[in-house]
Amino acid sequence: MTTRTADESLRSLLSGLPGVDQVGLEARAASLGTRSIKTDSKKWAIDLAISMVDLTTLEGADTPGKVRSLASKARVPDPSDPTCPSTAAVCVYPDLVAVAKEALGTPAPSGRPINVAAVATAFPSGRAALDIKLADTRDAVEAGADEIDMVIDRGAFLAGDYTRVHEEIVAVKEACTRADGTRAHLKVIFETGELQTYDNVRKASWLAMDAGADFIKTSTGKVQPAATLPVTLLMLEAVRDYRLATGTQVGVKPAGGIRTSKDAIKYLVVVNEIAGEDWLTPDWFRFGASSLLNDLLLQRQKMTTGAYSGPDYVTLD
Amino acid sequence: MTKFEYSPAPESRAIVDLKSSYGLFVDGEFVDGTGGVFKTISPATEEVLAEVSEASAADVDRAVKAARKAFAAWSALPGRERAKYLYRIARLVAERSREFAVLETLDNGKPIKETRDVDIPLVSQWFFYYAGWADKLAYAGLGPNPKPLGVAGQVIPWNFPLMMLAWKIAPALAAGNTVVLKPAETTPLTALLFAEVCQQADLPPGVVNIVTGAGETGQALVQHPGIDKVAFTGSTAVGKAIARAIAGTSKKATLELGGKAANVVFDDAPIDQAVEGIVNGIFFNQGHVCCAGSRLLVQESVYDEVLDKLKRRMATLRLGDPLDKNTDIGAINSAEQLARIKALAEIGDAEGADRWSAPCELPTNGFWFAPTIFTGVSQAHRIAREEIFGPVLSVLTFRTPSEAVEKANNTPYGLSAGVWTEKGSRILAMADRLRAGVVWANTFNQFDPASPFGGYQESGYGREGGRHGLAAYLEGSPA
Repeated sequence: MTTRTADESLRSLLSGLPGVDQVGLEARAASLGTRSIKTDSKKWAIDLAISMVDLTTLEGADTPGKVRSLASKARVPDPSDPTCPSTAAVCVYPDLVAVAKEALGTPAPSGRPINVAAVATAFPSGRAALDIKLADTRDAVEAGADEIDMVIDRGAFLAGDYTRVHEEIVAVKEACTRADGTRAHLKVIFETGELQTYDNVRKASWLAMDAGADFIKTSTGKVQPAATLPVTLLMLEAVRDYRLATGTQVGVKPAGGIRTSKDAIKYLVVVNEIAGEDWLTPDWFRFGASSLLNDLLLQRQKMTTGAYSGPDYVTLD
Repeated sequence: MTKFEYSPAPESRAIVDLKSSYGLFVDGEFVDGTGGVFKTISPATEEVLAEVSEASAADVDRAVKAARKAFAAWSALPGRERAKYLYRIARLVAERSREFAVLETLDNGKPIKETRDVDIPLVSQWFFYYAGWADKLAYAGLGPNPKPLGVAGQVIPWNFPLMMLAWKIAPALAAGNTVVLKPAETTPLTALLFAEVCQQADLPPGVVNIVTGAGETGQALVQHPGIDKVAFTGSTAVGKAIARAIAGTSKKATLELGGKAANVVFDDAPIDQAVEGIVNGIFFNQGHVCCAGSRLLVQESVYDEVLDKLKRRMATLRLGDPLDKNTDIGAINSAEQLARIKALAEIGDAEGADRWSAPCELPTNGFWFAPTIFTGVSQAHRIAREEIFGPVLSVLTFRTPSEAVEKANNTPYGLSAGVWTEKGSRILAMADRLRAGVVWANTFNQFDPASPFGGYQESGYGREGGRHGLAAYLEGSPA
């Protein structure tokens, strides 16, 4: 009698998932994209979207000054309107976590804490040895990161080495544990533009959730295509089904390429109608974005004042 | 109270210039009928939209004579000249699509989302497609010089009023026939707006004539000795009556009748998309679709998963004001149809099937029926055999592919079927064995002017759409 290895049971979990029909999935996303969100519901959705933004800067040229200015934007997105909610988090490279943490030190006027998220594990390619990825993660956590956005090893995934991808996620999650025993939240980035097929995205979602991801995230923003509505819809189906199967809720974060309020509202409609309203909070859904925030602010000003202002009436940070 | 409440987003009615009364369209002119008037209402609110003339037998006679008179010149036009008119109509429908969509939604009760994104775009596509055939009839596979039949009498249903008009008129005109068309009595308005488009397109008088009225008008048209061809879409009972009425005459006929399509879901299906296809198959257009996937055959091994997902999905369907852009399910077209749906659903209860309806509030005015499924249905139940023509799905199970084929084919109808599986070879094997005019694989209710459509057995005869659709309006000649 042979016992089933962990590798075999992971394989059977992933191969047992139903397939995804590309045409049908894309048609469903397009159809939800035609929902018409107006007046009060639009106002509500814009505020919710602002509160879900992980305001992001991930450039080689990032400096402490840039990160401080981003942090102040996250705290007070619209200085002309104190009722405007703050964003959920700022997202930076690990070496700038301490700067961001300090800049966000005092609570936002909204009273909600703004988290610092750090990309880690040899972001964006993930091409490094495991202990380097773990050191990268520990470094960010020690610097005070509240959330870690890791990348999976796409090479291993595409080579069929699911166990390796799984083990890495488990190991990174362990590395998220702080000295006091608490743990930074773990977001797992698939880089769906490199996985390419919807079947792969579904497999990656279940693999990451099984390994203990708190959030599953579409992309790094460094590869095109980044987040798309059908990919996000598919990941929302995965978290919905995973909660039904296990009782554990996992969040979803589309990142990259979402630039307009109209797009953001389409995503919220998809969250609402696919995963359900339990996911309509910054605890369970985030937008990884930078320019999106200003478009949300412009639309918000339009809803409040009745007139379009212009790009000079929102701050560039 | 849900968290994300969508505010009302109604499409404006202002684009439609609704007249208080409408006449018939005969010989290029709007004229009053001599058979009295009837009212057409909005099924969502029961508001009276307009009064419409009822065509008497004498009016029908005038219309047929006008069509006969126009036939000589129209059929003698070179195909490319007829094509110009058809292209013009296609463009005008596209340009006025919003007006058509709003009017169709008002008169029929179906959601604006569907008239805007499905019905009216297909109408325009149908005219574009057959405009392309008008100068290529020699290549239709009917011999080198096929001839038009003459005057076509066409009777269409209320479920896709303008789309059914396009399916009938576009190929008839492309082939050189002239037509007298009777729209359904509950949905005459878009056909009359289409008559306006014919005027706008300078279509020669008499090529298209529209006579409004109920069954008697239809009967007068079908039995008129001056027509050469009958094209009918509607119930199997009326289709049989028409077949009897024209037996022994030289009239040709195409009949597109009822259906009780099986939507077959295998255990290796893409389940989320299959659920979407089940919903689209039976709740699209409130299930008022002859090819609706009204029998769900689901493999027992995935029954629970599919049913759970289906119910969850059905709970998100938004039923209400058809003009609201976020409405998924509109009104039932008439009080009469609603009564029929209710009666058959009660028979389902009485036969012992389990009814489950999506939790949605029904408006107080108008005709409404919540999206409903019956589980525990067997082949012997009437709700598994009779066409309900409403948002009611009967769920059955099967164990093997052979059993699926047997059950799917065990129906007096045979219009359409759906197959859901990720296995390509299984799709082909099923399509081979399913006795249905249309078999959709991993999709449902998709229509295209290039694709022929029609049924087996009591679903009728003849094909509409594609090259095959031309054969219904041409007399072949030996090659």
